[in-house]
Amino acid sequence: MAKIKGAIVVDTARCKGCDICVTSCPFDVLRMSREVNEKGYTYSYMLNPDNCTGCASCGLVCPDGCIKVYKLKV
Amino acid sequence: MSNPIIQPENLVYDKSAVLTDNVMHYCPGCSHGTVHRIVAEVIEEMGLQDQTIGVAPVGCAVFIYNYINVDFAESAHGRAPAIATAIKRLNPDKLVFTYQGDGDLAAIGTAETIHACNRGENIAIIFINNGIYGMTGGQMAPTTLLGMKSSTCPTGREPHLNGYPLKITDMLALTEGTCYVTRQSVHTPSSVKKTKRAIRKAFDNSLQGKGTSVVEVVSTCNSGWKMTPVEANRWMEENMFPFYPLGDLKDR
Ligand SMILES: Cc1ncc(C[n+]2csc(CCOP(=O)(O)OP(=O)(O)O)c2C)c(N)n1
Ligand code: SF4
Ligand code: SF4
Ligand code: SF4
Repeated sequence: MAKIKGAIVVDTARCKGCDICVTSCPFDVLRMSREVNEKGYTYSYMLNPDNCTGCASCGLVCPDGCIKVYKLKV
Repeated sequence: MSNPIIQPENLVYDKSAVLTDNVMHYCPGCSHGTVHRIVAEVIEEMGLQDQTIGVAPVGCAVFIYNYINVDFAESAHGRAPAIATAIKRLNPDKLVFTYQGDGDLAAIGTAETIHACNRGENIAIIFINNGIYGMTGGQMAPTTLLGMKSSTCPTGREPHLNGYPLKITDMLALTEGTCYVTRQSVHTPSSVKKTKRAIRKAFDNSLQGKGTSVVEVVSTCNSGWKMTPVEANRWMEENMFPFYPLGDLKDR
């Protein structure tokens, strides 16, 4: 059976660490960083990249348009 | 990049090119950003970047023209529907929309808003209702809920002293000139998709000359509400939605 794999890339300089993508991800992929960006904000990253399906929920709710979503049938 | 999925041919979601690369000045998690993002997406999907004129409000969204890369006029506080009236009458083929907060639209701009809707001006009005004056420090707005705290009603809005919250969108649905009036939100993936469809319909109506469309987006001002963005979304679901229920009020 074909499996769908996803991945995201966060524009960490643009991210404001609002946490909305983290709570909107249905597959518990995302977490907030401990480090901060130039503006002093934490940023979102994939803690569990293998869980990502490329569903784009995170991209849809991000207020700052920081997230690129990729999806591949393997 | 080590991740083999991250290749241009696998890209399924990215911000629209109509949204500029300028980092928006909004607080983290502010609904304004999400609505800006989807307005830009709709304009790109319609292929109307060169055919759109927006009217910016006074309020936190005063710099919207730095973020959505279309022509804009800046209006005096609350007067966006009057400016949009003139722009659309002089440019009937353009897509013309206003973008306004609840202080702008429902307080100082009440008259302009109601009369533009009653005249049936062929404009789309995007109305961000966060229940507060965000820009100036979280003062009470006409839309502030009973019991809701703000900097000018620190113990909560009281009807004897402060009057009742105003459902101005319901009033606008009663005017003959509106063709489409809806109330939406942008706090979840599915609500974002619905709001996008609503904005698309409002923009189509402007181009087709069907009358005035109003898209209220029940929103958060997490800084003014003194909550985290995620808490503010939850508070909105629990407190704003019962008084400002989501859905279409009018569609004809
Ligand atoms: C004529 C005039 N009166 C008052 C103000 C002060 N003022 C600036 S923004 C604002 C309210 C903004 O609230 P809202 O429209 O709800 O937008 P938000 O900032 O919440 O997005 C006020 C009263 C002004 N700029 N001009
Ligand atoms: S694309 Fe879907 S699964 Fe992947 S991180 Fe975003 S929300 Fe989670
Ligand atoms: S929703 Fe956007 S701005 Fe907020 S933490 Fe996630 S990537 Fe950053
Ligand atoms: S003050 Fe409120 S409305 Fe203004 S940017 Fe901050 S969260 Fe958004």
